[in-house]
Amino acid sequence: MTEDNSTLSPNIPKRPRTIDVVRKNINKRNAAERRFQLYGKVAIALAISFVFILFFDIINKGKGAFVQSYIALDIYLDEQQIDPDGTRDPAVIADANYFGIIRSNLREMFPEVSSRQERRNLYSLVSSGASYQLADLVREHPEYIGNTFRLWVPADDDIDMLIKGYIDRNIPEDDRRIKDNQIAWIDKLNEEGRVKTQFNTTFFTAGDSRDAELAGILGALSGSFFTLIVTLLLSFPIGVAAAIYLEEFAPQNRLTDIIEVNINNLAAVPSIVFGLLGLAVFINFFALPRSAPLVGGLVLTLMTLPTIIISSRAALKSVPPAIREAAIGLGASKMQMVFNHVLPLALPGMLTGTIIGMAQALGETAPLLMIGMVAFIVDVPSSFTDPSTVLPVQIFLWADSPERAFVEKTSGAIMVLLAFLITMNAVAVFIRKKLERRW
Amino acid sequence: MENNQQAAPASPSIPSSQIPRDHRETVGDYTVESPRMSARDVNVHYGDKHAIKGVNLDLGRNEVLAMIGPSGCGKSTFLRCLNRMNDTVKDCKVTGDITLDNKNIYDKKLDVVELRAQVGMVFQKPNPFPKSIYENVAWGARIHGLANTNAELDEIVETSLQKAGLWNEVKDRLDAQGTGLSGGQQQRLCIARTIAINPEVILMDEPCSALDPIATAIVEDLIDELREQFTIAIVTHSMHQAARVSQRTAYFHLGDLIEIGATNDIFTRPRHELTEDYISGRFG
Ligand SMILES: Nc1ncnc2c1ncn2[C@@H]1O[C@H](COP(=O)(O)OP(=O)(O)O)[C@@H](O)[C@H]1O
Ligand SMILES: [Mg+2]
Repeated sequence: MTEDNSTLSPNIPKRPRTIDVVRKNINKRNAAERRFQLYGKVAIALAISFVFILFFDIINKGKGAFVQSYIALDIYLDEQQIDPDGTRDPAVIADANYFGIIRSNLREMFPEVSSRQERRNLYSLVSSGASYQLADLVREHPEYIGNTFRLWVPADDDIDMLIKGYIDRNIPEDDRRIKDNQIAWIDKLNEEGRVKTQFNTTFFTAGDSRDAELAGILGALSGSFFTLIVTLLLSFPIGVAAAIYLEEFAPQNRLTDIIEVNINNLAAVPSIVFGLLGLAVFINFFALPRSAPLVGGLVLTLMTLPTIIISSRAALKSVPPAIREAAIGLGASKMQMVFNHVLPLALPGMLTGTIIGMAQALGETAPLLMIGMVAFIVDVPSSFTDPSTVLPVQIFLWADSPERAFVEKTSGAIMVLLAFLITMNAVAVFIRKKLERRW
Repeated sequence: MENNQQAAPASPSIPSSQIPRDHRETVGDYTVESPRMSARDVNVHYGDKHAIKGVNLDLGRNEVLAMIGPSGCGKSTFLRCLNRMNDTVKDCKVTGDITLDNKNIYDKKLDVVELRAQVGMVFQKPNPFPKSIYENVAWGARIHGLANTNAELDEIVETSLQKAGLWNEVKDRLDAQGTGLSGGQQQRLCIARTIAINPEVILMDEPCSALDPIATAIVEDLIDELREQFTIAIVTHSMHQAARVSQRTAYFHLGDLIEIGATNDIFTRPRHELTEDYISGRFG
């Protein structure tokens, strides 16, 4: 063919056959493609291995937080000591010296202990929460008075570390927080079957505490939950409404251009600035309570709104114009077009943006520090205005604690945070699938 | 131009035209008796671009008017003026008078929703809603409140699909996605959707350009039947199609309405040289 052509029209320059040219460089082309694919695979493998290392490290460090060591005490509740008149009046029962009961119980177990120093070491085998546990038990079961029963109390956090094997017995006594005699007592208790480690319910039912063995994540979890509810309830409707208005209804003029630019700028504002704004506006001006999930939610709403607006506008933009024309051509009003055809198609994309925004909000620490959500709060919040903290702040607080036992609590809290995040995303994916299926 | 002149003697079957190429006034009678729609001195600008230049054109009752011309000559632009679809286009400015039953459709007081309920549109690319077939047809009727009961709505959906020649193919799967139909079926679904709001005028912008010949033939037959009830303006790039379905044909060239007349005359005895160039395949 080529030859024919060239003889037919001698003024057209003779070109080599395409197939010869293609054959010459096809290997190079394929190699380039293979190389590119290889880069991609390497990148993905790298990312996955980092995720695995991260997860492995956190789980390895944090798994200890989910179990706790307990020590068994055989407690005799002397009626003379607790309720001398036999009234079983709860006020009287609550007033008894359970602290002393625990201590004397420990002394009886180890009668050879005599010096003050030794006694102090002995008392610190069990958690300071043990006496409250005993008090609660007696209040609920007054029939125990006058009887002997076995009570499992949490071990002190340093003892817990020893039992879990985190403390090296071979380093000199002065360099460790556990003394030799404490080790001996624990070994003896262990032989007697008075030591066990079991699932740490306290971790999931308690708020923060200065004592690692009594500290729990529920306070921060509830705080995060309430904060995110406020954020979601405010930022999703406001963000979507703003996006719809700007994208579909607003006139295209200077003002809307300025608004658009500024929304994009807001998305890039460091989050701590939103915290300062929240402090100035919500707390100082509107006098809303400090450290409250309500204020935290408001601040995080400011922070997530730009993300939601931008992604919602992108989702609206990606709806094919043909669909809009079809609706308009049938005589639909703009509102009918948007709400019947455009919005349902854009909603999955909007949800994706919202989830990204909420995930950011869940992990946000800095702005919440500014509005006082960093306070040490023991009580689990039960409303939007109770003082509380949030998971990332709790992680920060625990990571900052000197006690060895808080290391595993920190990793445990990170695991809870990740689980929260994964659950949230799973719910969003589920809702999105549901919405998509309707079409 | 040189090319055209060289090629001219090659088609002796077409009688040589009288009106020279640089003549820009519309050749032929653009008026009809008691028009349904009429456009007078319509100019359209896209920013600086003058896309339609002083076009006058009437649309009669129960006729099919074909608009032909090389691409970019403004056929779609003019068609979209007739139901104000250009309102949604940024920088598009329409001047002149366009009336529907003697009422100015660009009147400030006129509600554009009302207009589009009377002047329906079928687009070049089939664009069914990503919803069920039933919902595609029912939606327009529902938003205008044309049906009071579900039974009435069912009735509208069925008759519209029947008129569009699609009923037998889809009656067992009205719940299926409209977007899952073949291209030809989708376009007929779009026509059914337009029929369902029972407009007076239907505008079609190259409705068959995305269809295969068999689907095209079906849609063309359909257009012929629809003429009994509706006034139809159809933009087409196929001269055969214009000849088959229309009674009158308008030829556009670079924003000017060059020639208009009975379809038969336009295709056998074009009077303007540009029209002749186009229909003899020497231009466009
Ligand atoms: N939205 C638009 N913005 C700017 N120019 C446009 C727009 N739509 C069409 N035009 C221009 O107007 C002229 C007519 O276009 P159109 O009506 O689509 O032609 P046709 O349908 O006859 O092919 C063309 O030159 C085109 O480039
Ligand atoms: Mg066009």
